[in-house]
Amino acid sequence: MTDTVTDRAGRPASGPVVELVDTSKVFGGSAGPVEALNRINLSIGRGEFVSLIGPSGCGKSTLLRIVGDLISASDGMVTVNGKSARQARLDRDYGMVFQAPVLFDWRTVRQNVELPLEILRRPKAEREAKARDMLELVELGTFGGHRPWQLSGGMQQRVAIARALALDPAILLMDEPFGALDEMTRERMNLELLRIWDRTGTTVIFVTHSIPEAVFLSTRVVVMSARPGRITDLIEVDLPRDRNVETREMERYFELVTRVREALRSGEGAPADPTEAARVRAEGLSA
Amino acid sequence: MSVAVTTPSGRSAAARLGSGIRDWVPAGAVLGGFLVAWQLVVSIFQVKQFILPGPIAIAEAWQADLPALWAATTYTLSEIITGLVLGVTAGLVAGVLTARFATARESLMPFAIAANSVPILAFAPVFNNWFGVANPLSKAMVAAVLCFFPVMINTVRGLTSVQPAAIELMRSYAAGQLEVFRRVRVPNALPFIFTALRLSTTLATIGAIVGEYFAAPRSSLGQYIATASGFLNFERSWAAIVFAAAIGIGLYFVVVILERIVMPWYGARDEVP
Repeated sequence: MTDTVTDRAGRPASGPVVELVDTSKVFGGSAGPVEALNRINLSIGRGEFVSLIGPSGCGKSTLLRIVGDLISASDGMVTVNGKSARQARLDRDYGMVFQAPVLFDWRTVRQNVELPLEILRRPKAEREAKARDMLELVELGTFGGHRPWQLSGGMQQRVAIARALALDPAILLMDEPFGALDEMTRERMNLELLRIWDRTGTTVIFVTHSIPEAVFLSTRVVVMSARPGRITDLIEVDLPRDRNVETREMERYFELVTRVREALRSGEGAPADPTEAARVRAEGLSA
Repeated sequence: MSVAVTTPSGRSAAARLGSGIRDWVPAGAVLGGFLVAWQLVVSIFQVKQFILPGPIAIAEAWQADLPALWAATTYTLSEIITGLVLGVTAGLVAGVLTARFATARESLMPFAIAANSVPILAFAPVFNNWFGVANPLSKAMVAAVLCFFPVMINTVRGLTSVQPAAIELMRSYAAGQLEVFRRVRVPNALPFIFTALRLSTTLATIGAIVGEYFAAPRSSLGQYIATASGFLNFERSWAAIVFAAAIGIGLYFVVVILERIVMPWYGARDEVP
């Protein structure tokens, strides 16, 4: 990690940023209770980039929402920065990015990035300076005066990332942020995100459906399976920290992709798509 | 990453005005052509004035009785505006309260939607009885009740149709209810509310004039039209109808202009290819 890391007072210097102990979630419904998460135990260290991957219904989004205190766990303990998830949310420790950019049409791009700072009643000069910095970070420095609908999908998602980073959050929670983008844009966004992560040193929890994306981005991949949602494997990604387009062609990268795929298949959930491996390999060879 | 971007403010003011006038040329030509055709049909086929007077005859009647027409128009316009202010205000307040409280929403919305289908105009004679025939409030109330339901229903829809992720985003910033209301729900509701306002201008105009047909002071557009028609002075009826139409169209444009001022981002979206 570089020394440009922004840190805020009050953060414990060591220990996990996120700690889940026997965390369960049961949704009550008209068709009876559904066990979305069953006894999740997970510890995430400072500056880690952790991907949650698994079939639909494995509870990966639910897990992310519990960490972010958008919903509460039915059972177990969730600690964020040494405090409850609720307290962490009230302290504005989170930056959230969803699959949809959720930008407001009635605000310019810059005003959208300023939104969290406005809620915190920060002075105007500080808001503008921060928004400018964040837009430059996502390489949209000249688009501050535009309206969201004038930007492409990838650019809109970068604005959403800039907004999520505006409060220097301790944790960035991303729920399939590139799921709606085409493959080319998605790969470019992956590189972009790694660069931002490197610059800010933020801890990232990243929900995805894509095995290559999970391997390429993460320091650790959490493999989950459905009914009930649980963690079936934790895979350390020991690729070099400095990743680029060539990383996707490394032998170790393919090994890890295969490893994640097999972990997904051995879970009880839906079998992984066997054509994915061939496709990823073919892409790597033809490049 | 490159993308074609058009700036709404990219065109100069002069170019805008020029194209603004050009935009109206086809519509103006159609209106002119329509009036000429109307006059020609009436003149060539010798249409009786009590069936359809020509535009020239209407213009003459208009000019001959201008002071009385003007008095009737201002009287009716004040009823319409009173009705609009009362109905829209009540609709907005009821909409906000209904949207805020889930129980109110569940219990009141079915009735509001049902009431919106009730022919409120049928109550006009009853309102005359309640508030007095000579009291402008009797017509203003018809207009107000007509405006109330669309405004209320659209306000509720606008305030509650926020995408769930936007609420989650605000929650992640630990934003309070008031912040969510002010920064997300109200801007989201504005297009819905303005749709209801456009509708309201038309409804209020209809409500007031039809209310006057049943009973009203002589110096009102409804009574002017009813009386002139009773005496088979149809040029005068038509002259008054021109005023009534002008009120409806004028109020509609006031709302459109207000809409551009309050939410400039909304119309500009269409300019993006």
